[in-house]
Amino acid sequence: MTELLVMVLTGLGSLFVLLAAIGLVRMPDLYLRISVTTKAATLGVGLILAAAAVWYNDMGVTSRVVATIFFIFLTAPVGAHLLGRASYISGVPLWKGSWLNRLEGKYNPSKETLAGMPTAEHEPPLAKEES
Amino acid sequence: MSLEYYLLYIILPILVLSALLVFVRFLLGPHLSDRVVSVDLLMTIGVGIVGVYAMATAEATFLDIAMILGLLAFLGTVAFSYYLIKRKKND
Repeated sequence: MTELLVMVLTGLGSLFVLLAAIGLVRMPDLYLRISVTTKAATLGVGLILAAAAVWYNDMGVTSRVVATIFFIFLTAPVGAHLLGRASYISGVPLWKGSWLNRLEGKYNPSKETLAGMPTAEHEPPLAKEES
Repeated sequence: MSLEYYLLYIILPILVLSALLVFVRFLLGPHLSDRVVSVDLLMTIGVGIVGVYAMATAEATFLDIAMILGLLAFLGTVAFSYYLIKRKKND
């Protein structure tokens, strides 16, 4: 029973990781690649580590595995967001087929400001007095 | 078919194949950001490989290495995105 569960979990996990790798090769655009790899690879690695926890059936191993899964689930979206933001700022183009770009016309690359963000002239003077 | 053979001869080759595919993107990638994504995914696949290997060899100590590898992957992504913004500012 445990063996069957481990087989199913590792099989599903490795298939999701393979899907993430295929998506990384096939997708036409950096942002789509980030979107594919973050979700699929996180799920796949989480399933494989869960299979390790099931196979060992030990408290120490399970706590380590849960900590690793929690850490990966926490950091993968943060890293993807950081990388996407850095790529957009450094000017990586979007795919020609993507029709929604909410930042279009709102990001000013020369001043590095977004529309709606407080600029240097409009900053409240309170911050300067304190310093 | 025992579980060890299943892990070593079916699961590990799938993971290695996906690592090879990621490496194709690493070589092709038109921008530096694509390569950073590839390295991040490569380290995540490495966590999976270490997990499978810990099961196949019955060595629970390998799971510590998986945790450290996940930490290093996040650290590398953050550092690379920081320097991507820095490099753009210096241009």
